[in-house]
Amino acid sequence: MKVLGIETSCDETGVAVYDDQLGLLGHELYSQVALHAVYGGVVPELASRDHVRKAAPLIDSLLQRIEVAPEGLDAIAYTAGPGLVGALMVGAMLGRSLAYGLGIPAVEVHHMEGHLLAPMLEDQRPTFPFLALLVSGGHTMLVRVEAVGDYQVLGESLDDAVGEAFDKTAKMLGLPYPGGPELAKLALTGDPSRYSFPRPMVDRPGLDFSFSGLKTFALNTLAKSAATSQDKADIARAFEEAVVDTLFIKARRALQETGLGSLVVAGGVGANQRLRDKLDTLDAAVFYPRPAFCTDNGAMIAYAGMQRLLAGNAMGLAVAVHPRWSLEGLGR
Amino acid sequence: MKLLAIDSATEACSAALWLDGEIISRFELAPRRHTELLLPMVDAVLAEAGLQLPQLDALAFGRGPGSFTGVRIATASVQGLAWAAGLPVVPVSTLAAIAQGMIDAQGAETVACAIDARMGEVYWAQYCRNARGVAELVGDEVVVPPVEVPLTPELKAWHAAGTGWGVYADVLRERLDSQAVDIDGERLPDSREIAKLAVDAFSRGVAVTPEQALPVYLRNKVTHQRGGKL
Ligand SMILES: Nc1ncnc2c1ncn2[C@@H]1O[C@H](COP(=O)(O)OP(=O)(O)OP(=O)(O)O)[C@@H](O)[C@H]1O
Repeated sequence: MKVLGIETSCDETGVAVYDDQLGLLGHELYSQVALHAVYGGVVPELASRDHVRKAAPLIDSLLQRIEVAPEGLDAIAYTAGPGLVGALMVGAMLGRSLAYGLGIPAVEVHHMEGHLLAPMLEDQRPTFPFLALLVSGGHTMLVRVEAVGDYQVLGESLDDAVGEAFDKTAKMLGLPYPGGPELAKLALTGDPSRYSFPRPMVDRPGLDFSFSGLKTFALNTLAKSAATSQDKADIARAFEEAVVDTLFIKARRALQETGLGSLVVAGGVGANQRLRDKLDTLDAAVFYPRPAFCTDNGAMIAYAGMQRLLAGNAMGLAVAVHPRWSLEGLGR
Repeated sequence: MKLLAIDSATEACSAALWLDGEIISRFELAPRRHTELLLPMVDAVLAEAGLQLPQLDALAFGRGPGSFTGVRIATASVQGLAWAAGLPVVPVSTLAAIAQGMIDAQGAETVACAIDARMGEVYWAQYCRNARGVAELVGDEVVVPPVEVPLTPELKAWHAAGTGWGVYADVLRERLDSQAVDIDGERLPDSREIAKLAVDAFSRGVAVTPEQALPVYLRNKVTHQRGGKL
């Protein structure tokens, strides 16, 4: 069986075909990052306009490249939330109408479920149950994953998501948008012993996060410095260390509290090398999706869609999107 | 000729199936419920005719102007339906659909259409009825403040229609030198007229591939300077 996955929840148009026997047959991604960079953040209307221009041609070129005819598809999966409402509607209507036109089922996918299950696309894949650390531009979560659809959120950010904190701090340091990877690059030349940043909420019990204080701390440190390029690199380094350490401490605590032996790291910040190096020292088997599947992509939606299809979650013709959508209420 | 038209560009949501001059249609005033209603409407008109998509000759859609999100709902839907069924697509102006409605309902010869575009502007275009009884654009479609709508002096005795007339009747009437004979400030685009216009256009060779079926927003300045909000 082949499922076409469509992702349009934010600023990436992603499409992919997953086959339950053969695995991932192919995927394509169109990133709007350059489009939004001049505005210093995602402009929702521009994102929607781009999705409606790009999604259909992307599907067409993917299917031609992997030599799958439209009639060869068995279902269509689309991201129904959470995300930008207008952007979600494009992928949802396109996906639902494609499925209707082909006479095949359509399934809704929860974007974060896509991220959680992304490591399943790799050869080295975890077995259930596992702990997931979801670190993206919009989310920071520790999730106990019992099985597909059975998720318990153990902790999440009370304010900024970790990727957001990276981006905002990077902007403050004068780095281009999206600043996460830029900040990580700058941190390479920073002196780790120069500044010491707090590790927010680590001395309190629980698994929640807070990152907005770190951003403020970075701002104050910058204001007190001469703001030379070395000062900025040192601040970037201290900020990154503090974030990585905080994530590490909470992940370790979650592994201890749950007794789980494997950790899955998903979401864009999972591409951060220092975070990976640190998490690899945990007493657990740590799994990462390949970098392309850490950030938004169609492959994870096709995979999650296949699981939803197998669980019998096909949709009717009335389409709805869910800009805010809890992961825990999903069900199997 | 068998053609299916859909529209969700304004408060209205509709689908119409053209079967050699006969029309089966659904229409609802349903702000914010377009994603929910559009495909069930498509399914209903096809079921009533006992037809499947691949048995049709073409699809059509209201390509705008209108609500940005609404226009994209119809656009994404028509792309998916057309691609799946291997059908060509005829994009139809929602302003032209309103004009066609006035021609068919009131026998109008000339129609000045205005859709409320919010932010103190209207989507505006003028049409005359051509020899085939079809609304034909005179001048350009524009988005402008009502006091600035462009006029075609040669044409007289306007019928006027669209929500822009509902909101700005006085300003627009003055602008037209009180030549509007009949004003329908509530008229919305309907897929019945979109189907009719599309059949005419298709017979003259107008059609695009599914990927080329795209919105016409008219309003293209949607951001302010760096860091600005919508
Ligand atoms: N090497 C890196 N170091 C730190 N942050 C990074 C790195 N690479 C990417 N990021 C950050 O990851 C984020 C993007 O991740 P992703 O695409 O998963 O998130 P999103 O789509 O914005 O959010 P969500 O998936 O929650 O809706 C951005 O904030 C980016 O700065």
